Amino acid sequence: MIKDHKTDAGLPGRLIVVEGIDGSGKSTQIYLLKRWLEIEGYKAFFSEWNSADVVRSAIKRGKKKLLLTPLTFSLIHAIDFSDRYEKQILPLLQAGYIVLCDRYIYTAFARDTTRGCDPEWVRKLYSFAVVPDITFYFDIEVSIAVERILKSRPNLKYHEAGMDLNLSPDPVVSFKIFQQMISEKYKALTERYNFQTIDAALDIEEQQSRVRSKVEEKIKLSDFRFNSMRLYHAE
Amino acid sequence: MPNKRFYGEGIPGVDPEQLKGMLIVVEGADCSGRTTQVELLRDHLERAGHAVENVGLKRSALISPELEQVKDTKEISPRTMSLFYATDYADQLENKIIPALQAGFIVVADRYIYTLMARDIVRGENPEWLQSLYGIALIPDIVFFLKIKPERLVERTFTKYGMFSHWESGMDLHISREWYHCFIGYQRRMNVQFSLISTKYNFRIVNGNRSVKLISTEICREVDNFIRQRG
Repeated sequence: MIKDHKTDAGLPGRLIVVEGIDGSGKSTQIYLLKRWLEIEGYKAFFSEWNSADVVRSAIKRGKKKLLLTPLTFSLIHAIDFSDRYEKQILPLLQAGYIVLCDRYIYTAFARDTTRGCDPEWVRKLYSFAVVPDITFYFDIEVSIAVERILKSRPNLKYHEAGMDLNLSPDPVVSFKIFQQMISEKYKALTERYNFQTIDAALDIEEQQSRVRSKVEEKIKLSDFRFNSMRLYHAE
Repeated sequence: MPNKRFYGEGIPGVDPEQLKGMLIVVEGADCSGRTTQVELLRDHLERAGHAVENVGLKRSALISPELEQVKDTKEISPRTMSLFYATDYADQLENKIIPALQAGFIVVADRYIYTLMARDIVRGENPEWLQSLYGIALIPDIVFFLKIKPERLVERTFTKYGMFSHWESGMDLHISREWYHCFIGYQRRMNVQFSLISTKYNFRIVNGNRSVKLISTEICREVDNFIRQRG
């Protein structure tokens, strides 16, 4: 039997994940969380969706030349995740770090199934990944998120706008429908995967304060100080 | 005529019943004579007027350059490698195999998902994970497996390349410090895995220790029989 995915892995590290649609502000929030942990002297490490070197050129070419289908879109992002998972996320958890992930397997669950992949197949594909200690879900009205994105990036990319789903010939219209679909997928995952929902319409500071409180509540931070830092201060 | 099916969920937007052609797979180790047999089968089928499409590993437009690169640098884990090959397979499935079958071609695959599964199981992957992953795969009409003794492969490898290769010797498994023992040990483990899955995936085991001509006659005859029975 393939389990839902690994639970109770007994790893010394802690895994914190942020999820949400584009424009939900999750990257800002995890950046601020990371800065706080670093400045306070904790062992924190950040990993971002779609950032592995080994597959970057293929993803870029696949997107540019429109070679990607729902299936290969899913698989190529699984390569990216697997590479970062095996080289960084898992070893860092084993080494006792607080690992911060901007998007995790739930992004694939939401996006790939929106594109038509079988939900059970996608879930099993990522069954090797450990369950996060905390998953923050940044909940936002799609219209607000879309407005934020369009202000900073008026020219949407093809896949970002979900143009491959033939939702609309107008990228902006397509983007709105696509984000709405993903948002609904996320909401359906909330309970099963125990997401901590943060109201992403609140002020940045207020959201960050809620995020930090939750982290302090769930993780005994004093266990995650750098050993070398202690030595450094002792000298 | 039997309808085509997928092992599992299949792929978004494809109805396997629309696939008219035939999918033939030839499996076997490097230097087992597999590629020669694929070429001879193609000649045989084209002589009879069938349109043939060839597929194989590392031939996808999407990912083969990166796959070659990671094979060289060896800087990724077995699971990531497995996903590279799965992506390579999926791209060829969607862009070559399925369109060719829709058009009534005979697709001859020089290796298929079974090599990919066996390689990863030998490296410790959970077989169920692989089985789920390859739920996307189309079930072939015939799978030939060229079974050959590792000692025989050694001779053919030296004749062809003059030396062992890293991956075909499973050097990443550190079976021994000596290359010869790595090669033999690895090929034995692969044979064990192939044997374990051979019933499940309905392999036709072909004795690969014989001459090219004898093997080819056997394969071509079986394919002809299949075509005749199918009508």
